[in-house]
Amino acid sequence: MEYRRSGVLGESDLSDRVPPAERAAKGPVVVIECVERIPCNPCVAACPRGAITIDGDINERPEVDYETCNGCGLCVSACPGLAIFVVDASGDGDTATVTLPYEYTPLPEVGEEVVALDRGGREVGAARVRRVVNTKAMDRTPAVTLEVPRELYMKVRHFRRRSG
Amino acid sequence: MRRPPALRIESHPILEFRRGREITFELDGRELKGYEGETIAAAIHAAGVRVLRRSIRLGHPRGFFCAIGRCSSCLMTVNGVPNVMTCVTPLEPGMKVETQTDKGSVVQGAPPFGGEPEPSSDAPNGMPSHAPLAIVGSGPAGLSAAIAAGALGVESVVLDENEAPGGQLIKQTHMFFGSKEHYARVRGVDIGGRLVEELAPLPSTLFQRTTVLGIYPGPVVSYLRDGRHGRLSADGLVLATGASENMLAFPGSDLPGVYGAGAVQTLMNVHGVVPGERVLMVGAGNIGLIVAYQLLQAGVDVAAVIEGLPTIGGYHVHGAKIRRAGVPIETSHTIVRAEGHDRVERTVIAKVGRNWEPVPGSEREIEVDTVCLAVGLSPNCELALMAGCDEAYVADLGGRVALHGSNLQTSVEGVFLAGDASGIEEASTAMLEGRLAGLAAAESLDVELDRDALAEMRAEAESGLAALRAGPFGERPRAGKEKMFSLRSSAD
Repeated sequence: MEYRRSGVLGESDLSDRVPPAERAAKGPVVVIECVERIPCNPCVAACPRGAITIDGDINERPEVDYETCNGCGLCVSACPGLAIFVVDASGDGDTATVTLPYEYTPLPEVGEEVVALDRGGREVGAARVRRVVNTKAMDRTPAVTLEVPRELYMKVRHFRRRSG
Repeated sequence: MRRPPALRIESHPILEFRRGREITFELDGRELKGYEGETIAAAIHAAGVRVLRRSIRLGHPRGFFCAIGRCSSCLMTVNGVPNVMTCVTPLEPGMKVETQTDKGSVVQGAPPFGGEPEPSSDAPNGMPSHAPLAIVGSGPAGLSAAIAAGALGVESVVLDENEAPGGQLIKQTHMFFGSKEHYARVRGVDIGGRLVEELAPLPSTLFQRTTVLGIYPGPVVSYLRDGRHGRLSADGLVLATGASENMLAFPGSDLPGVYGAGAVQTLMNVHGVVPGERVLMVGAGNIGLIVAYQLLQAGVDVAAVIEGLPTIGGYHVHGAKIRRAGVPIETSHTIVRAEGHDRVERTVIAKVGRNWEPVPGSEREIEVDTVCLAVGLSPNCELALMAGCDEAYVADLGGRVALHGSNLQTSVEGVFLAGDASGIEEASTAMLEGRLAGLAAAESLDVELDRDALAEMRAEAESGLAALRAGPFGERPRAGKEKMFSLRSSAD
């Protein structure tokens, strides 16, 4: 498994973690990039609709019922591994959105243009900050929603601010 | 574009630094500013000074390394008293600190700072002379032992040398894994406080700033508190003494700027001071990956994480967070040397071939001002050995460990272990082992207990431990514990 050497998940590692494209085209939906068997389950309790389940012991990986998931994003801040994202490829334009956990200061401003990065920290394009949510319940794991080129919604997982 | 970080962290995504009042002190006659309550070494570091002393024979520069009072790299003369561990000594207004270049000489008649010396008594400063259960260490294992014993009505005294309870939890800004019952999603920095809260209504007393010096037959715990020596006798003893960081030797490994990962965490997350501007992290286990992430959160540049093994040892998700932030992780790489005048200025890394030898021609220079070593932990077993416990070397547990069974009982009656002292693992397993040790210690006393409650708590902790150890990352501790338990039973 290449990711055990590089720390970056490849397409084959994610193949069973990706929501069906038709579902992502309907509205926001979760992507749980959790591929290892580690003892962990806060995502299950975080989902108010019970869309996330872990069968058997807590080392099992979370499974998602994509039809039950409405992409609310509460799970994004609940994952200790910061491995949960929400993507939305609905809409007619040539953009999609990616919501990601962002534990840095300062938080970006809504409307700001940032550099979009992929799982390997490589620049893949520009993105615009659509929303920044940082409620008390999120316990210092804010969620940032980026507008990205549509074809990049399964690639963009972080960003860098342009400010010098 | 990156602005070089100021040494004091002003804004942090997780922590709020409430500093004491600003005070002045002297370093080699120069007036410096610091904050009341922070350690002398932290204040000196924040002032940009890296050399704390010179080695005795060759005069090599020394800075701090462990920042937890276990390595002697930070010894300085303070108010005329030599060999003061500045990394664990709080700064006071008007202190006169001097760089030490020799072994130091005791100044006749100089009182220890902080108070006048008094004749030793058996029970200085509020400490009782006897307790049913003495617990050494107020980290997750020690606090959990006190909670479990306390839930059964057994009184305990917890001794810990640090300023505040919580052990290493107080530096862990990340959310914990595991399950809800074991504080999953709660940040490490908050878990210590929750454990102390859980302990509050129970019959246990916490004594911080109390260093346990030795264990004598009884057991009798000898300790130092407020500069005075005392003795606490107990019917049962739980040693939850944690672990110490391993060192990696390479040319330049003794330069100021080479720090243990825990030291970097202490500096950043307890004192709000960054270790430097650009760091090379050595080790891609969970600690190396997590501390690299914490460095990014503190605004510090991480040039790379290198790892001698061909794969990343820690959880993938910890590695993923730093990879997407642009930090390279180079497996099969080692550090060849660190160079610089009186501090780290650059390093050379190389690919590792067979037999751990650097591959010729693969050397690369990486310019950093800080090298952080995250190369494993070893259990602190000195007190257990002093108490007469049998020991064994179990590599999967981190090295020398006192022999113990599944109920955490050592080969000495009435002495129990818990947490990293019994084998390197996690805070979550430390809490559960602490509970088991507290229950077993309570059971060993000649007192009436609610046996049903004990059995229920024990079953819950045992199944929790089994669940935490069931996955692939639990293989090593599982194998280590299996080996340990078979050694223990064959030793009887």
